[in-house]
Amino acid sequence: MAKPRLAVWKFASCDGCQLSLLDCEDELLAVAGAVDLAYFPEASSDMQPGPYDLSLVEGSITTTHDAERILEVRRQSRVVITIGACATAGGIQALRNFADVEEFTRAVYATPAYIKTLKTSTPIADHIHVDFELRGCPINKYQLLEVINAFLHGRKPLVRAHSVCVECKRKGTVCVTVARGEPCLGPVTHGGCGALCPSYHRGCFGCYGPKELPNTSSLAHWARTELGASDADIARLYHNFNAWSEPFRQEGQRDG
Amino acid sequence: MPDVPATDARILQADRLDRLFEALIARGYHCVGPTLGEGAIVYDEISGSTDLPRGWTDEQAPGQYRLKKRNDGAYFGYVVGPHSWKKYLFEPQRRLWQLKRAGQRFERTDEPPEPKRYAFIGVRACEIAALRIQDRVFAEGSFVEPGYAKTREQSLVIAVNCTQAAATCFCVAMNTGPEVREGFDLALTEILEPSHHFLIQAGSERGRELLSALPTAPCTAELQQAAKTAVAQASRQTRTMETAGLKELLQKNLESPQWQDIATRCLSCANCTMACPTCFCSSVEDTSDLTGDHAERWQRWDSCFNPDFSYIHGGEVRKTTASRYRQWMTHKLSTWFDQFGSSGCVGCGRCITWCPVGIDLTEEVRKMTQPEGGRA
Repeated sequence: MAKPRLAVWKFASCDGCQLSLLDCEDELLAVAGAVDLAYFPEASSDMQPGPYDLSLVEGSITTTHDAERILEVRRQSRVVITIGACATAGGIQALRNFADVEEFTRAVYATPAYIKTLKTSTPIADHIHVDFELRGCPINKYQLLEVINAFLHGRKPLVRAHSVCVECKRKGTVCVTVARGEPCLGPVTHGGCGALCPSYHRGCFGCYGPKELPNTSSLAHWARTELGASDADIARLYHNFNAWSEPFRQEGQRDG
Repeated sequence: MPDVPATDARILQADRLDRLFEALIARGYHCVGPTLGEGAIVYDEISGSTDLPRGWTDEQAPGQYRLKKRNDGAYFGYVVGPHSWKKYLFEPQRRLWQLKRAGQRFERTDEPPEPKRYAFIGVRACEIAALRIQDRVFAEGSFVEPGYAKTREQSLVIAVNCTQAAATCFCVAMNTGPEVREGFDLALTEILEPSHHFLIQAGSERGRELLSALPTAPCTAELQQAAKTAVAQASRQTRTMETAGLKELLQKNLESPQWQDIATRCLSCANCTMACPTCFCSSVEDTSDLTGDHAERWQRWDSCFNPDFSYIHGGEVRKTTASRYRQWMTHKLSTWFDQFGSSGCVGCGRCITWCPVGIDLTEEVRKMTQPEGGRA
């Protein structure tokens, strides 16, 4: 039986998520053994044409060219899985969605006229049907392996949508909000990172985006009334890597 | 651990506390107990009195915990912190077994638990009550969790009487403390005035043997009285919970609008259940590797606040935060009686302190009891 053909696509992004695949050092040979790396420009200049069994898509849609290109990715792929905050929520570059992008281009580029860009950065699922979204900025390589495993064996990926707090508590990490008064997005954020920041006494930045049933306004209210955070502080917390995800977008706008 | 009547109290000078550690270590016990870590008093491996948070105390409030210095050199001058003993008895995550493909079939390799012999040092009265509750869940009845049962059976409980209460404590209302009355091998009461001593009682044969190895003296009437006075201070608790009729009250209020009110504040983050010393839920999760030749099953702490926790054919039973909080609270304070013959709450206050938005179980009960008198 032929090995499933894998493609890895880049849209507006920093490459960190697809690098997670190459970071799977101990498992990389097993990945290469299990799938045919048919299209992965970051890893190989041998870029084979479609169709593909599995496409991993990194990055958000920020240009008309990319808005066309993603349609072709979908046409060429049996299964599409988006990886990372850009692909699942628009990424940090979705901050443009709250501002005037032409003002940005005038401020940044010597010749703004050369820049052709959309007014918004949007997640892949706004443009095509996505079979599974893997969260994170960047994604966790073990979760990526789990998603590829699940695809290969026709089962559901073991990626739980509970809070980061569950990961803190299983590790025995002391809550930074309760014991230090640090604002932390952990209670509204999707787990998967292994509670990295609280393990180093920092509040969660919300890299994995909203968890299931995120009560953003209750957390914001507590930060404001009990932790001394200003509305601007709270808006900055929510308007970060996952600013354009619906719950974080709304909460940041309420507070900003 | 068969209880025997507590022996007559003996007195250990505070500067000889390390003799207890030495005796425990000589008998092959892994000492675990309170120590400073990450801005709190946590439970971890300790090897002597210098590892104890001597001269520290805790200040607790809904959603808030702070360490504070104290100037009397007390070894146990604080109450319970973020951890509970369940992490040693029912591990947060554990691999149960592995499968390897062998031709047309799979070979299973079980991973039996490797129970350690712990000496749990500094166990409070409410925590003994919590251990008793988890015993009923894990070690009694038809389904015994072998790792829990074995660890519990071969570990020692070195209890400490509380001599102060945090603002979140309500063991008096739950009738679980502050005085240690049963379920211990040794029970210590720290006496600071008129001089620094520990009053020690044995509550089991193992405790009696251990006590005989320590350089103790008979207890004087003066120190006995000092210990009594010290424990009495811990009985002064402002927080309370009206438990009379609570089981029935909650059953009658399953459609109360208060569940929705709680849901506007509750984060459904599961912190309360993870911090609770009696919550015992776990999930079993299976993974396979890339080749498909190897699979593993893991057991992990789970929570009734987590998505998928109530997932059965057709979907989740409890989709909303209101339904999840109701499940937790009614189980803890009401249906727990039907299931295990007691309340599931021991009044330790952890769910109050470690809720990131300070939701107060006792206050929610009060509002349920007196809906008109509640806060807006």
